[in-house]
Amino acid sequence: MGYALMTDEQRELVNLLHDFQMKELAPRVEECDLTGEFPMDVHDKLGELGFHGMDIPAEYGGCGFDEVTNYLIREEFGMVDAGFGFSYTLSKSGSSTVIRYGTEEQKKYICDRVLNGAIVCNCITEANAGSEVTAMRTTAKKVGDEYILNGTKCFISNGPIADVYMVIAYTDKSKGSHGLSLFMVPKELGVETGKHENKMGLRASVTGEVIFNDVKVPAKNLVGKEGEGYRNILANLTRNRILNTSIVVGTAQHALNEAIKYANERETFGTPIKNHQGIQFMLADMEQLVQASRNYLIYGANLLQRNAPKDVISQVAAGAKVFASEAAMKVTTDAVQVLGGYGYMREYPVEKLMRDTKIFSIFEGTNQINRMVQGRAITKI
Amino acid sequence: MNILVCVKQVPDTTEIKIDPETNTLIRAGVPSIVNPFDTYALEVAARLKDSIGGSKVTVMAMGPEQAKAALKECLSVGADQAYLVSGREFGGSDTLATSYVLSCAVKAVEEKSGENFDIIFCGKQAIDGDTGQVGPELAEHLGYPQITYASDVTFENDTIKVKRENDEGYDYLTCPLPCVITIVKTPYEPRYATIKSKMAANRAVIPTLSAEDLKIDTTMCGLKGSPTKVKKTFTPVREKHGIKIEDKEAADAAKELVDMLSDAKIL
Repeated sequence: MGYALMTDEQRELVNLLHDFQMKELAPRVEECDLTGEFPMDVHDKLGELGFHGMDIPAEYGGCGFDEVTNYLIREEFGMVDAGFGFSYTLSKSGSSTVIRYGTEEQKKYICDRVLNGAIVCNCITEANAGSEVTAMRTTAKKVGDEYILNGTKCFISNGPIADVYMVIAYTDKSKGSHGLSLFMVPKELGVETGKHENKMGLRASVTGEVIFNDVKVPAKNLVGKEGEGYRNILANLTRNRILNTSIVVGTAQHALNEAIKYANERETFGTPIKNHQGIQFMLADMEQLVQASRNYLIYGANLLQRNAPKDVISQVAAGAKVFASEAAMKVTTDAVQVLGGYGYMREYPVEKLMRDTKIFSIFEGTNQINRMVQGRAITKI
Repeated sequence: MNILVCVKQVPDTTEIKIDPETNTLIRAGVPSIVNPFDTYALEVAARLKDSIGGSKVTVMAMGPEQAKAALKECLSVGADQAYLVSGREFGGSDTLATSYVLSCAVKAVEEKSGENFDIIFCGKQAIDGDTGQVGPELAEHLGYPQITYASDVTFENDTIKVKRENDEGYDYLTCPLPCVITIVKTPYEPRYATIKSKMAANRAVIPTLSAEDLKIDTTMCGLKGSPTKVKKTFTPVREKHGIKIEDKEAADAAKELVDMLSDAKIL
């Protein structure tokens, strides 16, 4: 990893993950990209190493990492396979809304399940409610000691393989965003899954429909109060904008490494192509973009760690997310360019990196929405 | 079972490049690793520890201060405690001097802890020197029996059972304890560190044993105690031996072999 300010402990952790990934995941990347399957055995082995606890506070049996360490771990995941890294880290960080807003009983429950290998997923998006979250139709109707959930969520990362679903639904449609509530719904309560999406990239991460058909959820599974769901998931989205985007910095770094390697080996006109200014300048530009993205996101991670005011964090998270995702798109596209015809071939790794990267401009709020968030925040007087 | 594993910190030879002009190794910037055969030895030791209650694994390395990094690596994957044997007097030791120093360190640790080691494991050889001599010489210095080139060691009915691969199959050997056993590549991979073991190893304080601590005869270590003189080093010429036929189907491979033999007019 190209970050020279790691502490010894952070470096040890990143090296541990690097060695593990090179042995256990790297040989499987091509196959997962073809089949679109999430390698569950690699997920389980990471649990044996203790990574399931990476988003869990130490007092609940987890690692209690600071947010910069969380950033670094994710960048390392992105170096090998963005799809696996995204799916894996999300399956653990899905617990963080409960850890922030849940009751003691809920916190113990989710931490225990995650430490034992449960996969958590966030269910927000619906067919007609993407950027406009309040357009969703899923409802939670209170009957006695239960809420009855009805609705269909789509494009849900980890949806088809999850054990616990964090679901946002209307408890009172008339109140708009203040009528949305958050529920923790274990699969065994009767959650069904539907269509499995066939995606352009990030293929080791499974994405699909999640269906709630009269699912009875005990009232004690309401996270936070009724009507606070939207506010609470927004706070979580801000954290995700920083930490999930960390993964694509690793992907961009990987693309840059491949481009540098190729530029050293490939010769034209009697010299390695790295000696041609046209290529050398491209590589320098790529390095600048990767390093700037990394440092923008680490700034965001530091703000999270220090509990900076919400409006400051959300503005930086939005900007860093846009910058890093677009920088990674440019870097991975240019890596394909440096490798020329070979770069376009599936035999070489860089075309996949380009495919994996595109989604980072779309999810966690499209880059248009994030520009809007940042633009509004910085123009306030 | 009280187990000792001797390890060596070596340059990662997969990362080493050879200077085409001087034909010597370029060591600058090459990362250091635990000698891979020693990691197998440690895994064998850790598995024995897991199977026999109340066991303990100690690791020991001779080398400069930086070799503590290798020992910490071992502490994260099964070792319980570590010692670094270090001092100016030991610099330039050949295998004879190294094994002498290690044998003194074994005795010093045993005396300090009041417990003797039952088994001492070494990797079959280090990937930098490739001599394979330190393990056997250590056994000689200590006067212990030795079994070399073992691929697995188990403990059954109060005796150790050592598996050794040969050209025809396997030998199963045993010997009285204490003994020295050198380990080849095992059929299983060394375990991964966990986040917790890595963090604990990182914080571990590793004691250093000096020449003084070992009450050593300094004429028998370092350059003075090393009869080996290196006349020259060179890159061996790779000769082509044999052809490997790699077909998925045995029948296809056999057919290809017959074709080749008949082309060569052997058949």
